[in-house]
Amino acid sequence: MPLTPPVIGRLLVANRGEIARRVLRTCRDLGIETVAVFSDADAGAPHAAEADHAVRLPGAEPAVTYLSAAKVVEAALRTGADAVHPGYGFLSENAAFARAVLDAGLTWIGPPPEAVAAMGSKIRAKALMAAAGVPVLPGFTAGPDRSADDLERDVRALIERGPASAGRRALLVKASAGGGGRGMRIVEPGGDLAAAIESARREAEAAFGDGTVFVEPLLERARHVEVQIMADRHGTVWALGERECSIQRRHQKVIEEAPSPAISPAARVRLCHAAVTAARAVGYVGAGTVEFLVADDTVAFLEMNTRLQVEHPVTECVHGVDLVELQIRVAEGARLPEAPPRATGHAVEARLYAEDPGRDWLPQAGVLHLLDVPGVDVRFAPPPPGASRCLRLDSGVGNGCEIGVHYDPMLAKVVSYAPDRAEAVRRLAAALAGARIHGLVTNRDLLVRVLRHEAFRAGNTHTGFLTEHDLTAAPAAPAESAESAVPLSALAAALAQAAANRAAAPVQAGLPAGWRNVVSQPRRTDFAEARVSYLLTRDGLRAEGLPDTSLVSAAPDLVVLETSGVRHRFAVARYDGVTHVDSPLGPVRLTPLPRLPEPAGRTAPGSLLAPMPGTVLRVEVKPAGLVTAGQTVLVLEAMKMEHRIAAPAAGTVSAVNVAPGDRVEAGAVLAVIEESGG
Amino acid sequence: MSRLDTSGDDYRARRAAMLAKLAELDAEHARAVAGGGPKYVERHRARGGLLARERIELLVDPDSAFLELSPLAGWGTEFPVGASVVTGIGVVEGVECVIVANDPTVRGGSTNPWTLRKTLRAADIALANRLPLINLVESGGADLPTQKEIFIPGGRVFRNLTRLSAAGIPTVALVFGSSTAGGAYVPGLSDHVVMVRERAKVFLGGPPLVKMATGEEAEEEALGGAEMHARVSGLADHLADDEHDALRIGRRIVRNLNHRRAGPAPGPVREPRHDADELLGIVPEDLRIPFDPREVIVRIVDGGEFDEFKPLYGTSLVTGWARLHGHPVGILANARGVLFSEESQKAAQFIQLANQARTPLVFLQNTTGYMVGTDYERGGIVKHGSMMINAVANSTVPHLTVVMGASYGAGNYGMCGRAYDPRFLFTWPSAKSAVMGPAQLAGVLSIVGRAAARARGQDYDEAGDAAMREMVERQIEAESLPFFLSGRLYDDGVIDPRDTRTVLGLCLSAVGNAPVPEPAGFGVFRM
Repeated sequence: MPLTPPVIGRLLVANRGEIARRVLRTCRDLGIETVAVFSDADAGAPHAAEADHAVRLPGAEPAVTYLSAAKVVEAALRTGADAVHPGYGFLSENAAFARAVLDAGLTWIGPPPEAVAAMGSKIRAKALMAAAGVPVLPGFTAGPDRSADDLERDVRALIERGPASAGRRALLVKASAGGGGRGMRIVEPGGDLAAAIESARREAEAAFGDGTVFVEPLLERARHVEVQIMADRHGTVWALGERECSIQRRHQKVIEEAPSPAISPAARVRLCHAAVTAARAVGYVGAGTVEFLVADDTVAFLEMNTRLQVEHPVTECVHGVDLVELQIRVAEGARLPEAPPRATGHAVEARLYAEDPGRDWLPQAGVLHLLDVPGVDVRFAPPPPGASRCLRLDSGVGNGCEIGVHYDPMLAKVVSYAPDRAEAVRRLAAALAGARIHGLVTNRDLLVRVLRHEAFRAGNTHTGFLTEHDLTAAPAAPAESAESAVPLSALAAALAQAAANRAAAPVQAGLPAGWRNVVSQPRRTDFAEARVSYLLTRDGLRAEGLPDTSLVSAAPDLVVLETSGVRHRFAVARYDGVTHVDSPLGPVRLTPLPRLPEPAGRTAPGSLLAPMPGTVLRVEVKPAGLVTAGQTVLVLEAMKMEHRIAAPAAGTVSAVNVAPGDRVEAGAVLAVIEESGG
Repeated sequence: MSRLDTSGDDYRARRAAMLAKLAELDAEHARAVAGGGPKYVERHRARGGLLARERIELLVDPDSAFLELSPLAGWGTEFPVGASVVTGIGVVEGVECVIVANDPTVRGGSTNPWTLRKTLRAADIALANRLPLINLVESGGADLPTQKEIFIPGGRVFRNLTRLSAAGIPTVALVFGSSTAGGAYVPGLSDHVVMVRERAKVFLGGPPLVKMATGEEAEEEALGGAEMHARVSGLADHLADDEHDALRIGRRIVRNLNHRRAGPAPGPVREPRHDADELLGIVPEDLRIPFDPREVIVRIVDGGEFDEFKPLYGTSLVTGWARLHGHPVGILANARGVLFSEESQKAAQFIQLANQARTPLVFLQNTTGYMVGTDYERGGIVKHGSMMINAVANSTVPHLTVVMGASYGAGNYGMCGRAYDPRFLFTWPSAKSAVMGPAQLAGVLSIVGRAAARARGQDYDEAGDAAMREMVERQIEAESLPFFLSGRLYDDGVIDPRDTRTVLGLCLSAVGNAPVPEPAGFGVFRM
């Protein structure tokens, strides 16, 4: 890239978490001073600590912190920053913010506000693309002024206009301003479209301040393929190949890769051409992504994201570029070379979320005690030049970080780069499987199952992959080891605990653990997940239910057990209220139970407990009212998602303890239903 | 250094004999653990009660050691083995405590003469070593048919409680069930009292007695229930929801006792170099064959390191210094059974040295007594044996005694037998203890009888003599065995030789709760 005099001396990152750290890393490499902003909830977050300067944005809710354009611009001016990088999410696709940054005399690391605005409305973007000759799906807008009758008519029109099968097709309701799967609803044939629109509107309104939604046919078994664009101010537009992001849950990407396993060189040329056309159509500058749905022969423009994408590292890996560096250089006025660097190898990224796939992807809040991915080569950076293999970790959280309810529960992105897809996938699966993740339930097991799934390895991916293959509860490891993983890990945890207890004993330090001259009963250690009962006799370990298991060694953090002649090491970590055991049998999370629990006030039967911390949105029942089984009692909003709390059985509402707007902690009794005829 | 040949026939035979005795010991312990048997255990559980040992397991710190004391109490008597009470030393919230738990499955946890002796011994241990005493109470009171053995000496149970308290040694009573009549004074005289709701019953006289005495129709719960004592009488400091809650509160009480050990803290611990398992093959089944106690010592002391005192003098008694679980100790161990004048003087000097250094002493007994015979009497064996007994009796450092083999005659005294109040005394299954060996005793009786017959001018009945000798020999042999003596509380328990280091380490740690008294005001006499 031809050199231009650097103009940026101090850059403010208007974001948090891993992307903030990612931008900070490039700035440090470029010698640019950095400014971070942080909410009260992020006061101890790594991104705030790493920047040269950090400005507090009072409050925790995004609306008053990271989404407050005025406060962010003010922070930039106060710290003498001369440029603003928005990261992704938050204000990154907010044209008004881009304008405010430019109006304040600062350099905006992003496309012109006009391009942002043009693509910001998905409805407008579709029209623009159609006009430029980029293939689009038919659809209609359901603005706030549309009545149910209008909707009905539009749907009929859509069916008539669309392919012959469209009438039996499911429909997709999408927020025009949205992203990340928010404000999105699928309506199966015969489903309640009006209700879906209403619900999507509400979520879009809350998340983006714009309740406009549109409806289009749902392309089933389609692949999500997107092209990375990088454009300078001098008319050069690069298409840096495609990424495939088909593995999604609730319309949110989980695993992404570059290149797509299903795009032929010819198709790649067509897609890249369409993407460059799209970028040129709006006078695009900087990094952007043009998203397509690809199903059989159909290619349809989905939307253009006028920012850096979460999954940009896979493109960085195969092209050997630093996209943030290019963004900054382009913003400084540099010219891109005529052609982008060639792609080599294959990169796969997995997003590690604090969420429970087994419980409807429920986001998890709490302390992340440990995140340790083995074999990481680089952090926040492309592979070193010449490296044909690389494991990259981009994580915005540190050990001991509190994962709150206010922001996205993504803990880390783990990226594997290798000469070919099979190797990249295998390494990523191994890195995730071997990672020590303590304190929170995550989607790690699910990621490993996907990466090791036959269909995924064969490249048979589509956006309905996780619906077609229900991997939320399937065993990650061979059946026989999965079966004994919990009891063996619990035994290891008990033995490690005993070693720790001995090490911490204020008296009789050298005495054997649990020694008795008269043995009357086995030693017991209870976890919510398993009960451990064992004796250490002169002939060795005797563990109930594990007849062929012997103890090789036990230390407070490492226990070696031998089962049927095979030795395994169990790494044990204890935290307040939770014990994690990592071994080749798989990670096991255990909840130690107190031997002598305090007699607690028992929860009345029929109590509905908050599944997670959140805010009460609506209460749909009244005290003494009758409810049927499955009826919605109230709706809880948490992590920007609506969670329906339903009656477990028919009965009478005997208590409602909360009102709309109340913030509740996990486990709080929301309401009590007295079961009828019980 | 060990010279033990673990591949030899002797070793194998000794080991086999010891293992056979240990199997018997396990069986006897199992009888104690079984308590009142399945029927009463089930009945107790059905009422929601935990067993005595289950209560203890939940009370002590997880993964800490528990040394049960006098587990064979009552062995060979009309009462069940274990004497319907469990006593021992356990660690609660980092504090070594003496725990006494009634076994309600054995005749309602009632006190028999052996229960009383076992309970009194536990209180003595608490007092001597300044260990807090925790009573887990559920007892039906005294075994009335044997009240004559209990009533008068039994008053000491209550005296002990208040004397412990007066000495600043905390007493805690967790009342799980009945604690009536005299038993009411256990909570009454304890520093801290917890009662379990709807289970604890504490009153001087139950409803029938009240009815007889005053005509009042009293209801049990109103008369002495936990609620009443917690809210009205004030006898209970804490009202527990259930047994687990009582144990939880009990632990909390100990946590807040602000207990401090008075003795020195132990140093770092090193394991012996030789396998403790080899302790099984050292003591010959025939105690007439001597064995080298150094083979025992290297297997129980830290790093196997033993610094011998006067190794060339009085060689039938081994003396020297070592560390055991980080505690410095002086060890006296019989090498060839007999104590001569030299051994006696060496022992007396060594005991004085240990007193000057405030070092606890460990006695490893295998003695057939002081040497007899004209030469030895002329050499002053009585004088020298007396020196040794004098030194042992007046030594103020803690003594721990292990009877490994023979413990006959005054050797039992000189080597700190039960009457010399060692802080703890344990017995190996191979031990025997009597005034003299059974054959010798029978022989002495025979000689005396023969002499008496001759004096009366009668013929001696040789057939009768043989029968008498056999009978006496058998009786003395039986009465010199460890289970019998342990049953009568002449030790604190019969232990597996492989546990010796652990038991002594635990006892040395317990002993360290009390300060070591000043030694007598003389310099060490060179003997």
